[in-house]
Amino acid sequence: MLNFSKWKVIFVLLMCFSSIFFVIPNFYGKSEITAMPKFFPKKQFNLGLDLQGGSHLLLEVGVNDVLREKSNDMVDDIRKTLRTEKIKYAQLGSRGVGATVTIKNFDDVAKAKQILSKELGRNVTIEIKNSTKFDFSFSKEQLDDYKNQAVEQSIEVIRKRVDESGTKEPNIQKQGEKRIVVQLPGIKDPGRIKTLIGQTAKLNLHLLDPTTVELANQRGKLPPGTFKAQNVNPVAYEKEFVVKKRVLLTGERLRNATATVDPQTGKYVVAFELDKKGAKKFGKITTDNTFQRLAILLDNKVISAPQIREPITGGQGNISGNFTPESANDLAVLLRAGSLPAPIKIIEERSVGPSLGLDSIESGKKALILGFTLVIVFMFIRYRIFGLFADIAMIFNLLIIISVLSLIEGTLTMPGIAGIVLTVGMAVDANVLVFERIREELDSGRSSLNSIDLGYKQAFKTIIDANLTTLIAAILLFNYGSGPIKGFAVTLSIGILSSMFSALMLTRLMIVFWMKKVQPKEIVL
Amino acid sequence: MILSFLKTKFSVDFYSMRKIAFMFSFLLIAFSITYSILKNLNFGIDFKGGIMIDVKFENIPNINVIRDDLGSLALGNFEIQEFGVPENLLIRIEKQPGDQKKQMEAIEKIKNSLPVNVDYRRIEYVGPKVGKELKIMGIKAVVFSLIAMFIYIWFRFSGWQFGLAAVIALFHDIISTIGFFSLTQIEFNLSSIAAMLTIAGYSINDTVVVFDRIRENLIKKENKNFRDLLNFSINATLSRTIMTSLTTLIALIALLSLGGEVIAGFVSSMIWGVVIGTYSSIFIASPLIAFLGFKLIKN
Repeated sequence: MLNFSKWKVIFVLLMCFSSIFFVIPNFYGKSEITAMPKFFPKKQFNLGLDLQGGSHLLLEVGVNDVLREKSNDMVDDIRKTLRTEKIKYAQLGSRGVGATVTIKNFDDVAKAKQILSKELGRNVTIEIKNSTKFDFSFSKEQLDDYKNQAVEQSIEVIRKRVDESGTKEPNIQKQGEKRIVVQLPGIKDPGRIKTLIGQTAKLNLHLLDPTTVELANQRGKLPPGTFKAQNVNPVAYEKEFVVKKRVLLTGERLRNATATVDPQTGKYVVAFELDKKGAKKFGKITTDNTFQRLAILLDNKVISAPQIREPITGGQGNISGNFTPESANDLAVLLRAGSLPAPIKIIEERSVGPSLGLDSIESGKKALILGFTLVIVFMFIRYRIFGLFADIAMIFNLLIIISVLSLIEGTLTMPGIAGIVLTVGMAVDANVLVFERIREELDSGRSSLNSIDLGYKQAFKTIIDANLTTLIAAILLFNYGSGPIKGFAVTLSIGILSSMFSALMLTRLMIVFWMKKVQPKEIVL
Repeated sequence: MILSFLKTKFSVDFYSMRKIAFMFSFLLIAFSITYSILKNLNFGIDFKGGIMIDVKFENIPNINVIRDDLGSLALGNFEIQEFGVPENLLIRIEKQPGDQKKQMEAIEKIKNSLPVNVDYRRIEYVGPKVGKELKIMGIKAVVFSLIAMFIYIWFRFSGWQFGLAAVIALFHDIISTIGFFSLTQIEFNLSSIAAMLTIAGYSINDTVVVFDRIRENLIKKENKNFRDLLNFSINATLSRTIMTSLTTLIALIALLSLGGEVIAGFVSSMIWGVVIGTYSSIFIASPLIAFLGFKLIKN
């Protein structure tokens, strides 16, 4: 029993020293850390959004919209192909995801199948029903591809938008099949960012139809090839416009956009710059339609409907609207970042103000200190010198939890702090198990040494069993939990493992050392 | 006094108390189930979906005035409750019909109707779909952990009676904790699921310690009958059980008194769980092994 092998002693001491070593960086700020010498540990644990304040957003990408769009594209392809091949068809249309068409002459079916399958490629399967009805559907890989692309592109665009809005250290990640988690630490009012993220920001240039809305309403119908579009500004004089359906230019041709003040009017405008192709197109549009009104639509709402006074060939121009400095800036950000491939919905939001975060850290610290002190005192009163050993082990237990959390650069949340405080209570359990066992052996008349030896031996199995079952609960919690709950599961799991170490190795080493040095005549538990 | 109590050698006849304990637990479970069906749980927005705003005023606000103000906004069902201190209110509104813009508008409307100088401590919105998913996730986590523990104990103790007895005791703890949530109307949210799993972990820990001793004494074959075996095993581990429960409770009470309102619900359910988990390991799980037909092999 008193033979603690050398490498075991070294291991225990190493664990203790490294736990202190790796906790240290957490006392310094980020900038101080980088200035430290090379050997200095640099990893810190992070504070969860619930502790430092900030916003957590869960977004869902409308992948079905993308699939619908792709299906419409497929319908167009089919139409084009059949027309050029002069094959007569009927009932061409999309069917949710996929397309359908009926070939009029049975003789054309074989030819149509061959040409269409060549045209649409391997990723579209064609099924023929009732000898002339074609059903087209995307392969599973193709569908997954489209979905993935939509989500990846959305992440790109959102990252640009968030970065440009000046948010520090945002964390944007894909979650599951079609979701995106956006974490914005330290942000006070997520309202603006949410508007920035939530907009599809499809910019389209149309022409305004000379027919006014009033006239169309009187007639009871819109002129052919037009649609009604609302003004973005609901209190503007013109609330609705009659817009020609044809898209003249899209936002994809934008090279840059910035918010500035128009020197002539003194009002905020968004100055844009088109790429070469766009500039050429825009020049032609403004030349052909001088004195007509343009309609600049953002997500199908009119942000501006200026009159073309002269041809603009330089590829530069201003969008004027009823802008405030912020709204002009936001629009510029949106235009620079580009449009989302699909509409996005915010399906979950959790924002914590900075004051609550600070309060939580403060109360977490206080609770930790109080709980710790009480348990330390209690253990000492009950087990005396053995209790003191357990207390020292518990302090190292806490250091190990924090250092592991730092090493994995984990996140500490409020439930995580609760997990630590809880493991403080439960960490002594392993020690208590051993001590009570030693007491039993002492009571049955064994010598001190013998009792300690047996106590550890007997309690070992129990400690393993008891802790492994608790670990099962913690791991499942980690697997199924989200956000703060995960933080709780992490600290609980680390706590369980480190409490096993501290009881079975650290306390034991201390007891052995004490027995050797002091050689007490009898031990009382 | 506590010290001398902790140092006593216990010899309580727990086995003969099993009928009273079973009866008590049966009533507890029956009460928990009926009560939670009748009164329902105070589901938070995590599971129900909707908007929650945690707001702190400079002075104690008049809840009735605020209730009238919010009522005039026509945002559907809403609840206002004091949160920790009288200055702090928790406002919950059901999900607004329509898209996410409508939710943001509702939040803005509420902000506009409240005084300017208040501190918005938390704003949360959970869509109904997410709420449903979180509910399923929570149920899965609880069920899978029960199954995993059952299998582990079955293997380690080479007897399905041990596994089943432990899991029945866990069920007992979880259902009575649900009863506790329904009785106290503490908000039932994601952290409540975490609390229940931790309670399960704690309770199984306790149960395993007693089971371990039973197994050890089974091998020794010193005890003539199950009654002696059980009483001896429970009594031998009793001081450890009490010690650990006490230290855990000390830590939890420190958390409850200083940890702040956000985790108060979590902590109070944990306190309940530690008490009920300790009780069930001693009075339910252990006698159940015999009840389930585990026989001592006599030689």
